[in-house]
Amino acid sequence: MKTNVRDAGGVQVVELKGKITIGSGDVQLRETINKLVDSGKKHILVEMKEVTTIDSSGIGELVGCYTSVTNKGGKLKLLHLPPKINDVLTVTQLITVFDVYESESEALASFRG
Amino acid sequence: MSLSSRFENIEMVQHLCSKLLEGRDIPEELRHWILMAVREGLANAIKHGNQQDQSKHVHLEMDIVGDTLAISIRDEGEGFEPEEVADPLAPENRLKTSGRGIFYMRTFMDDVRFRRHASGGMEIVLKKNLGALNEKEGKPA
Repeated sequence: MKTNVRDAGGVQVVELKGKITIGSGDVQLRETINKLVDSGKKHILVEMKEVTTIDSSGIGELVGCYTSVTNKGGKLKLLHLPPKINDVLTVTQLITVFDVYESESEALASFRG
Repeated sequence: MSLSSRFENIEMVQHLCSKLLEGRDIPEELRHWILMAVREGLANAIKHGNQQDQSKHVHLEMDIVGDTLAISIRDEGEGFEPEEVADPLAPENRLKTSGRGIFYMRTFMDDVRFRRHASGGMEIVLKKNLGALNEKEGKPA
């Protein structure tokens, strides 16, 4: 998995590309988010558009990241969920946990609200 | 087939399963969920069963008999009690970072059975009826 982090008006947009699966991308996701949290970043938007595959391990890491950010008083939201990842989050009822957006501008605005 | 306990082998097995399904009129979406169930079964065997001990193997059988795809995945670990696996949908478990693999297998396949194998280790048998499927049925419930 490839990651890129960019600042969008104080919100850290974490762009993920590729697979978030066991042994490949799951730990990388955690390390990327933890680094942001440790440096005091509290508003994180995870761009999922180019995530091709996710498994239970990747879902677990996503949940762990959400908890880490929330516990530090921050917010982690998701952008552009591919349909199959939406399905995977839906069957485990995690879709109700995450704030999911289809528009980056709306997602960014939601952090200011 | 026997494989060493390496996560890298998961994609190879997914590829083999995909080849096995070739030529059958299976919706792409259903194929995706079957391969995800295979991934979860192997990951479970490698991580929880064999504890990533590369001297231990994962034993695999895949076949289609009639309209039924059957996949057997056996590890060389100490085994577990399937009924003791926590429900990932329970509110107290929803934010846990693990414990969803078996749930996904059960969601995406028609039949998932666990048994302690006579020669040791835990065996998971996944089955999916490939007959009379359409796009709607390909989606998880």
